Amino acid sequence: MALEIRAGRPSALSTLWRSTIGKKVAMATTGVIMIGFVVFHMAGNLKVFTGAAHFNAYSHWLRTIGEPALPHEGFLWIMRVVLVASVVVHIVAAERLTHRALHQRPRKHSKKSLLGRNYVAFTMRSGGVILALFVVWHILDLTALVVNARGQSGHPYQNLVAGFSLWYPNVIYLVAMLALGFHLWHGIWSAATTLGVRSRRHRAVKLLAAALSIVVTVGFAAVPVAVMTGMVS
Amino acid sequence: MRLTLQIWRQPGPDEAGAMRTYDVDDISPDMSFLEMLDVLNERLIVDGDEPVAFDHDCREGICGACGMVIDGTPHGPLRTTTCQLHMREFSDGDTIVIEPWRSKAFGVVKDLVVDRGAFDRIIGSGGYITAPTGAAPDAHATPVSKESAETAFDNAECIGCGACVAACPNGSAMLFTSAKVNHLNVLPQGAPEREKRVLNMVSTMDDEGFGGCTLTGECATVCPKGISLDSIAGLNREFMRALRKRP
Amino acid sequence: MTSYIDYTIGAPIADDKAPDGPVSERWNRRRFEAKLVNPANRRKKTIIVVGTGLAGGSAGATLAEQGYRVVQFCYQDSPRRAHSIAAQGGINAAKNYRNDGDSVYRLFYDTVKGGDFRSRESNVHRLAEVSVEIIDQCVAQGVPFAREYGGLLDTRSFGGVQVSRTFYARGQTGQQLLLGAYQALSRQIAAGNVEMHPRTEMLDLLVIDGRARGIVARDLITGEITVHIGDAVVLASGGYGNVFHLSTNAKNSNATAVWRAHRRGAYFGNPCFTQIHPTCIPRSGDHQSKLTLMSESLRNDGRIWVPKAKGDSRGPNEIPEDERDYYLERIYPAFGNLVPRDIASRAAKNVCDDGRGVGPGGQGVYLDFADAIKRMGRDAVSEKYGNLFEMYQRITAEDPYEVPMRIYPAIHYTMGGLWVDYDLQTTIPGLFAIGEANFSDHGANRLGASALMQGLGDGYFVLPSTINDYLARNPHTDVDEAHPEITAAVDGVTARLKRLVDNDGDRTPDSFHRELGELLWEYCGMSRNEAGLRKALARIPRLREEFWRRVKVPGTGAEFNQSLEKANRVCDYLELAELMCLDALHRAESCGGHFREESQTAEGEAARVDDAFGYVAAWEYTNGAPVLHKEELVFDYVHPTQRSYA
Ligand SMILES: Cc1cc2nc3c(=O)[nH]c(=O)nc-3n(C[C@H](O)[C@H](O)[C@H](O)COP(=O)(O)OP(=O)(O)OC[C@H]3O[C@@H](n4cnc5c(N)ncnc54)[C@H](O)[C@@H]3O)c2cc1C
Ligand code: HEM
Ligand code: HEM
Ligand code: SF4
Ligand code: F3S
Ligand code: FES
Repeated sequence: MALEIRAGRPSALSTLWRSTIGKKVAMATTGVIMIGFVVFHMAGNLKVFTGAAHFNAYSHWLRTIGEPALPHEGFLWIMRVVLVASVVVHIVAAERLTHRALHQRPRKHSKKSLLGRNYVAFTMRSGGVILALFVVWHILDLTALVVNARGQSGHPYQNLVAGFSLWYPNVIYLVAMLALGFHLWHGIWSAATTLGVRSRRHRAVKLLAAALSIVVTVGFAAVPVAVMTGMVS
Repeated sequence: MRLTLQIWRQPGPDEAGAMRTYDVDDISPDMSFLEMLDVLNERLIVDGDEPVAFDHDCREGICGACGMVIDGTPHGPLRTTTCQLHMREFSDGDTIVIEPWRSKAFGVVKDLVVDRGAFDRIIGSGGYITAPTGAAPDAHATPVSKESAETAFDNAECIGCGACVAACPNGSAMLFTSAKVNHLNVLPQGAPEREKRVLNMVSTMDDEGFGGCTLTGECATVCPKGISLDSIAGLNREFMRALRKRP
Repeated sequence: MTSYIDYTIGAPIADDKAPDGPVSERWNRRRFEAKLVNPANRRKKTIIVVGTGLAGGSAGATLAEQGYRVVQFCYQDSPRRAHSIAAQGGINAAKNYRNDGDSVYRLFYDTVKGGDFRSRESNVHRLAEVSVEIIDQCVAQGVPFAREYGGLLDTRSFGGVQVSRTFYARGQTGQQLLLGAYQALSRQIAAGNVEMHPRTEMLDLLVIDGRARGIVARDLITGEITVHIGDAVVLASGGYGNVFHLSTNAKNSNATAVWRAHRRGAYFGNPCFTQIHPTCIPRSGDHQSKLTLMSESLRNDGRIWVPKAKGDSRGPNEIPEDERDYYLERIYPAFGNLVPRDIASRAAKNVCDDGRGVGPGGQGVYLDFADAIKRMGRDAVSEKYGNLFEMYQRITAEDPYEVPMRIYPAIHYTMGGLWVDYDLQTTIPGLFAIGEANFSDHGANRLGASALMQGLGDGYFVLPSTINDYLARNPHTDVDEAHPEITAAVDGVTARLKRLVDNDGDRTPDSFHRELGELLWEYCGMSRNEAGLRKALARIPRLREEFWRRVKVPGTGAEFNQSLEKANRVCDYLELAELMCLDALHRAESCGGHFREESQTAEGEAARVDDAFGYVAAWEYTNGAPVLHKEELVFDYVHPTQRSYA
């Protein structure tokens, strides 16, 4: 009697999603998509240093990519859909896994030693929540322009400078960037392992993760800092 | 030396437990940790008190029966089994906190004794190679590359102690499960059942209520047999490969 | 109760199952002549298997594959933890991989000779035959044996034989073989063919209408006493080395299953044949709870010595070369440090009795790698023995690269066990004993790497063929749960446990076990003499009486109660010990692991007395003095010769 597959095993996709490993795979994949976005986004933001004209042009270009094949803001919308989907899947999976973990240990060990602790890994959940809140705020700020100090559509550069000229947006952004840095630091390596990258490459992956998370954090943070220090105005 | 022990006492599976404090005197540094508990128990019996229940058998670090969380670390300060931990790792006057593995999937039977039956069920759902006795008369002739043999062995060393689950902040059994999947799946003999094995073992692992792995890595740092996170990466790989193949 | 010393001699006993004819044909003939059970009827037959070690695990899995309904037991929380897991060295098989002249016949020959001519030729030959199949079975299951770069299996030579026939898996052969059997068993459990009862201990055997029909067991978690009925019962409960309290056996290995069966009528074979292993880590104090074995391979490069002067208190490295006594090399120039286990052990005892032992209590000798390190270099040494050195250092906190190891002999294995015929059936019809639990194919001394071979041989290949014959000849009959035999047995077990918990004494079960162990080690250990054995035989009944008067067991019987488990096992040790001493006393010869000081050659070597003692001693239990049944041993192929290593 050889191994029997559980009766009525559903499609590969639902097996994937129902399993704990599958949820991690989903987080890793959506995570990687989001990484792609942030890197691209961070690079774009650096255009701030080339002055208002360039930056606004870049923003305009974002909306006209692929025309006439795509309608106005077509690419942007595709990206938005993909991003929203990713964030949703990512968050739902994270919630499920976290829920499972919290219920797995009804009573904690009364003492926890520090043997080989990987602290960054422990910021994933809190960091994730910070990021979630940030993204909401951020969109209200610079896309929907609801909470922005200037909030003039079509003038992202001016909006941005206006925003960062106040103190609290800076605080919000810098904290978020820190959270992002940590999130990626463990996240990139973690995603690689989740996606089965072979162990001999682990050192390389760890380096890449560290490098990328630093570049992204610094790159993003550069903008508000520049505005604060008046380098950009 | 003289020590203060804070030990989790729980009369039975459904009864409430609590930490209780005991003092033990003239403990020799050459004693093993379990021998130290033997000394305590001998005294408790004579005093008409209930001795502390704990699992143990080989006392050589190979059967996987022993295991307790010592000062917050499964198997204690050395990366070995509780039975191979010796009192010279502690110093006079120390207070040692001793608890059972805590995990929803491992119910407490009594004091420091837990039920690890979930591990047996994970193995039963696929942690084997179907080879009825006598069915493979020339099996010895199949060559196995030294590399695969070594990888298989590194994973086969798992003693099923459960320290990985106790250490994991999510109470995940990934390290244990990955060790068996890797042991069997790298061998040519294990190839025919490769996909079914990993799919069934992972679904049993989830059904038993273990947490998911978020690659925190604590399991690998306490595993007395040095099973590494590579095994977890390998399990993830095998799992996705199996889903692609859809047996 | 009359003293054991007044034992009587009963009718001789013979193995009537082994076919005659050429030894190499016998197993084939037996397999052919054995009746088979129609596969369709197997599901209706229940086989009870006690034990999940190499023997029980392999038997349970195989019988279930054959279609029988198997109900299996072990006292651990999982079948994977059986004591077999601790075996280190390897497993023998006559595959002649090295083309070094090995063969089934040579393995047969070596085993009979190694057993000092106290085993059955037909059994041993069969063991050598199946050894070949075992390796294939294990490889097919995914046991990661050591491999050559070419991808084929590696072998090494072990236990002083000239051929390299030992297959191994790093230093954890037993673990890997057991996990193979455990995984096969798990598959049958998941498939519903094996009903597994972990944490359940057999406390009595049910013999109904002259046949073994089941067991009485205790659920170690709830304390519930349960009855399990079947068509046959297989005991794979391991050896009884723990009767000595300190041994290399797992802490909870015990003799209860075999002793209860013995009390129900199964004869006990050669109880005094116990094996002592020369290279164990010495005890470090009274707290010592068990002894740890260091692989025999250490003797290949380590040199064993003690100071020449009595009570020399200097550290080993302060003792100059010319004040050291490399006694094995001195007494046995030909074999030196590689003399067989029993000889190495006895020599160590002699120098320690002589007051030249080292370490705490003078109970140890040095195993020195200084020369090996000079010769091969530190790296080569750690390459070969690194893991053993680490283990030693973890336990003793001494660095073997700097100071010589200290070793001392310890009880390791029991050749004796329940008497079985060629079919592995005991003198109770329907009761089979396999693995270390039976009196085995090892005669008076077991060769290294042969116990794993026997356990798996019995479980995978021998029992599954021979048990068919019994089951085919004894059609299934129903047993009424309320059968008087059953109620009597249950009441007996319950009463005994009740007596233990109700007894308001002042001594722990373990203190009695310790005392018994020291007594046995002193008088029935490495070397034995009439005076000592008589002393022991006089003291054991008194100790037993004191046990029942003073033992204290906390808690109740209706809960998880490890003190009660322990106490219950100690009762049986206290009875078994007496039979061992009697057997040792009556066998006034030296052979294998049994050394009688009265029977030695001029050079102080063991002197066997074949015409007087060329038999298996099968002891029958009575309420009074036991009855001795002799099974004469005939040697048609391997002719008895006196061992000499001088
Ligand atoms: C340290 C060490 C190293 C060794 N190395 C080697 C080696 O290198 N090569 C070699 O050939 N041999 C070696 N041996 C010997 C060999 O390991 C054993 O002889 C062999 O494993 C015995 O196997 P078994 O299946 O007969 O019994 P065990 O493995 O002892 O299994 C006994 C089983 O019976 C169960 N049981 C016992 N009593 C009861 C009861 N009353 N109720 C329910 N269940 C019960 C237990 O739970 C267990 O599952 C070594 C032994 C030791 C101690
Ligand atoms: C200091 C750092 C950042 C700055 C200065 C910044 C700036 C901007 C600006 C100017 C826009 C509007 C672009 C446009 O509408 O033309 C924008 C949009 C956006 N940013 Fe950022 N951003 C930063 C960090 C981040 C981070 C860390 C994330 C994600 C984790 C992020 C996610 C987004 C998203 C999702 C949008 C909306 C895109 C769209 O739908 O139009 N931003 N950002
Ligand atoms: C929007 C809110 C976010 C939340 C709530 C969140 C939450 C989490 C959590 C809890 C984890 C750990 C998952 C686990 O348990 O293993 C995680 C992992 C990860 N996150 Fe996020 N995250 C968010 C945003 C992001 C962003 C913006 C990125 C990328 C730029 C990202 C990339 C990753 C990656 C790569 C991982 C690792 C996945 C794995 O281990 O397989 N996350 N996230
Ligand atoms: S993986 Fe390591 S810690 Fe986990 S059960 Fe196996 S041996 Fe124990
Ligand atoms: S600690 Fe837990 S999160 Fe994964 S890496 Fe180990 S199982
Ligand atoms: S008692 Fe066996 S591993 Fe500790």
